[in-house]
Amino acid sequence: MIKIALIGAGKMGISHLAILGAHPDVEVVGVADTTKMVTEVLSKYTNFQCFSDYNKMIEEERPDAVVVAVPTKYHASLVERLLNEGIHVFVEKPFCLNVNDGIALTKIANEKNLVNQVGYHNKFIGTFLEAKKLIDQGAIGEILHFSGDMNGPVVIKQKQSNWRSKPEEGGGCLMDYAAHLIDLINYLVAPISNIQGAILKSFYSGAVEDSVFSLVETENHISGVINVNWSDETYRKMSTQVTIIGSEGKIIVDATELKVYLKNDIVSSNYTKGWNIKHINDFSEDVDFYLRGEEYSAQMDHFIKAVQQKVPNHINNFESAAQTDYVIDLIRNYNN
Amino acid sequence: MKRILFGDNQFFGVNHISDEKSRAQAIRFKEDATILNTLDKAISNGVTTFMCTTHDRIAPLCDTIRKDPEKYEGFMMYPCLPYAHKYANAVTELGIVGTLKQYVPGNFFASIFKGGYAFVSKDYISMMELMIDAEMKMFAGINTPVIFLQNVITDLLLGLGMKDFFRAYHSYIKHKYNAEPGYITMNMPKLLDFLESAGIENPIICSSINIDGFRMSGGKELYEHTLRTRNLRAIAMQVLSGGATPPQKAIEYICSLPGIESILFGASSKANIQETVSLIRQYDKQFQFSEL
Repeated sequence: MIKIALIGAGKMGISHLAILGAHPDVEVVGVADTTKMVTEVLSKYTNFQCFSDYNKMIEEERPDAVVVAVPTKYHASLVERLLNEGIHVFVEKPFCLNVNDGIALTKIANEKNLVNQVGYHNKFIGTFLEAKKLIDQGAIGEILHFSGDMNGPVVIKQKQSNWRSKPEEGGGCLMDYAAHLIDLINYLVAPISNIQGAILKSFYSGAVEDSVFSLVETENHISGVINVNWSDETYRKMSTQVTIIGSEGKIIVDATELKVYLKNDIVSSNYTKGWNIKHINDFSEDVDFYLRGEEYSAQMDHFIKAVQQKVPNHINNFESAAQTDYVIDLIRNYNN
Repeated sequence: MKRILFGDNQFFGVNHISDEKSRAQAIRFKEDATILNTLDKAISNGVTTFMCTTHDRIAPLCDTIRKDPEKYEGFMMYPCLPYAHKYANAVTELGIVGTLKQYVPGNFFASIFKGGYAFVSKDYISMMELMIDAEMKMFAGINTPVIFLQNVITDLLLGLGMKDFFRAYHSYIKHKYNAEPGYITMNMPKLLDFLESAGIENPIICSSINIDGFRMSGGKELYEHTLRTRNLRAIAMQVLSGGATPPQKAIEYICSLPGIESILFGASSKANIQETVSLIRQYDKQFQFSEL
């Protein structure tokens, strides 16, 4: 059994906690949160041991691993503290407010040989994984251009402020939302290294942007467009779509559907010349416990397996998340 | 419960295997009249139970149904609460405490906050009861013999191991609404174990069951084994795996399984409703005969 503790029982934290609670290889040794109502409900109605002070939890329970789901501004110091205690860390996205913090944490984690993972769950969605496989196989030839679209109904009216509406705390569409798309493009295409133009526009939020429009270039000089708007109520929930144009075809992929257009048949595969349409149920792998999507269980399972040394720690590690932080920074700086 | 139940995903842009289709459906069902028209087609095919989330758009449909008792005689609705996206978006914006403040009716929440967080366990259960009442308001006067807990909440409570909330939900639905409590889940075998351990016997459980094993957590074999050997009133949903499998093959599989009391499906067109209904009836007959 792996002893895991949770710090931060907000929306993502509670969701992780339910997944950890149902995992056969995990013993949840503690939950820390500063909201008294949350720890009170959990103490009253669950068997989880709750703490208002995470330091006390770490000292008393000595977890093998910790899941961190606190507001982004606390990530760097908290993760550093955990790594220095020799604890494996899963932390929610985005990784760090400051790129250098992320790089430093990557170094510590690697030096201490600790498992490190960030919650970019798209990389556990079957359609995106299949797209990556096709791209790596050269199915659409040389990549010429891509466009990434992400829309959803997060902020659809003027609203009261919380940490998500404070830029200095990691709020705003770029850090909190577009991060997913940037991370996915870094993975599917190549790391973005250059920004040719960026507009960060606020529609309702005032202090932070509600949209990110940017012209970008990857380190191997592939051009792309990023188009993110979290104030679009015509989308029922977050929707992420990437279109990749290659010399031999094109891929349009989102979390449910993979559309592949090929100029020629691919020998010994089930992809043929013309359009090929696949759906998530063609790829999604069974999980033992499902909550809100296979990807949330799959990413946590991957983290647990990495701690058990059953799989390498190569998906969503700190290094790749720091790279995403870097692109966020580039876009922010271009705009300023 | 009737053998065939009609679902509502298609009306509200919910499609598990295509975001694109889901947006097209949201456009198609913009008008309430279009939804009612499709419901009428289901009714004329003998499908008189409508299982629906407590989406805002259900309220005007309820009004129409109440106004025409003759036309909707024998018609039943199975509410599924809550409409989770509403709360999920609110939690992102307002936090957990802020969301409860906003959605727990009246000044109940304000009054328990005044006490400096000195809550007793009963308060949270009463809070849940108030939220159930708020969600159920729109169904007043409509026959709702089964009331479901939506899968996001069921599975969250399951993962957290919150037995008391299941017990409280179960008993509140029975006593206050004189209805059967039902549970939607993506983790049917696990949920059944858990409900039984909470003292809830032979529960109504609605879960994905399909030939492809899609969204059947723990695996298709475990589901089949559970259906064969355990006590539950099972409803199969996502029987067409979101539309990816040929209907004939999908329905044949479902009808061949023992222990499934009802089949839930949703469709937008008259032709699809007819096809699914007649396939279920055809295979039901075939498997009944083979049992004799």
